[in-house]
Amino acid sequence: MSRFEVVRTGASASGGEPVTQKKLSHRGEAANPSGQALQGKFAAAIKRVEVIWGETVVYVDPPSVHEVIRWLHDDDAQRYDFLSDITAVEYRDPEAPIEVVWHLRSLPFRRFLRIKAQLLKGKPLEIDSVYDVYRAADWLERECYDMFGIRFRGHPDLRRILMWESYKEGFPLRKDFPLRGRFSRSEQLRQALAQNPEARYSMEELTIADAFAELPLDMRERLSKGERTGE
Amino acid sequence: MGLTTPAEQRTVTYAPESQEGWVATRMDFLVNWARANSLWPMPFGTACCAIEFMATAASDFDLARFGMERMSFSPRQADVLICAGRVPFKLAPIIRRIWQQMPQPKWCISMGACASTGGMFDNYAVVQGIDTIIPVDVYVPGCPPRPEGLIYGIRMLQEKVKNERSSDAGTRDEMEPDPTSQLYIPPSVIDELGEPFGNSVNQTRSGL
Repeated sequence: MSRFEVVRTGASASGGEPVTQKKLSHRGEAANPSGQALQGKFAAAIKRVEVIWGETVVYVDPPSVHEVIRWLHDDDAQRYDFLSDITAVEYRDPEAPIEVVWHLRSLPFRRFLRIKAQLLKGKPLEIDSVYDVYRAADWLERECYDMFGIRFRGHPDLRRILMWESYKEGFPLRKDFPLRGRFSRSEQLRQALAQNPEARYSMEELTIADAFAELPLDMRERLSKGERTGE
Repeated sequence: MGLTTPAEQRTVTYAPESQEGWVATRMDFLVNWARANSLWPMPFGTACCAIEFMATAASDFDLARFGMERMSFSPRQADVLICAGRVPFKLAPIIRRIWQQMPQPKWCISMGACASTGGMFDNYAVVQGIDTIIPVDVYVPGCPPRPEGLIYGIRMLQEKVKNERSSDAGTRDEMEPDPTSQLYIPPSVIDELGEPFGNSVNQTRSGL
């Protein structure tokens, strides 16, 4: 199958336009066939499959997530070629595990699949990165790490993306994080002003290697030493 | 002998119809008049206030009437920093550097509730008023302020500019916090002083 071929299935195969369903019930809508396929292929790793508001949610054992997503991406009958989002959920119940959520979309088959992995609290929040499957996972995983502190093994450059890199207060979207942060306002301001915004302009971030000769002299010296100042 | 002015040149005749009129005035007045009517703004728009600022600059409200039609997107050619919108902590060093890059004389307008006080964003990410980073001359209230409100603030700033005296050197002094100075209060002491009013974790301000 060529990369950009659109496989027409269902109503669209017979020439009709795809119809967005208007009235969905909370449970009991038709499941995404990929859920069934996953249960057949990875029976041990799939904990359960739910359909909520017409969207299929697959709970996967955390160590198998990478393998499952790799298969969903590569298999000719699935072809989940678009990664919409990676995020995480922490529930108010302190016993409930933190869930990492992947939103996958199959453009050829017009399917949407939500993968969830439950990470128990009290253990290191670590899971395999899917960066090698989807390049789009780069910043999404960095955001997830920044806000929830989930470490993605195998991510090439896992550091903060929304907060500055020297941010020391923790992970803002965790339930135990106070709304106004852990430090006092004056301390927060002092630390924020102490950050060096130019430190983010690293060679690998901007890929400015081509324009290296045109950079200011001091920046060239700094970058040639491979240093990120101020951090 | 040659130093005395001839009698006919000691009197001034004023003849508007001759088109050669001239005016005597104070230097301060002239300089301030020129400055106040050619304030070049440096727009620092981060949120919805910037939309109102654009509306103010556009033809209906027309900032050009006040000599501000020239938006200066380089701080080095700007007179007024107009901070329109919330400033997260990550932007704090950036807006301070922009302010430091602006040449004297310079002024600052804090436009809207968020820039002035942090507004509704009383959280871990947003600076609670840009006056904790840079000096502010005029605060414009509103969420966001209507263009009339911003123009009122600009007119207030013009009044302030017109009332400056060049003999008053203190108005243009820039002070950087100096930790070795006796006047310096470290953040820990500021926290201690502010304790009755709550701190960042437990504030009494909004009762949350």
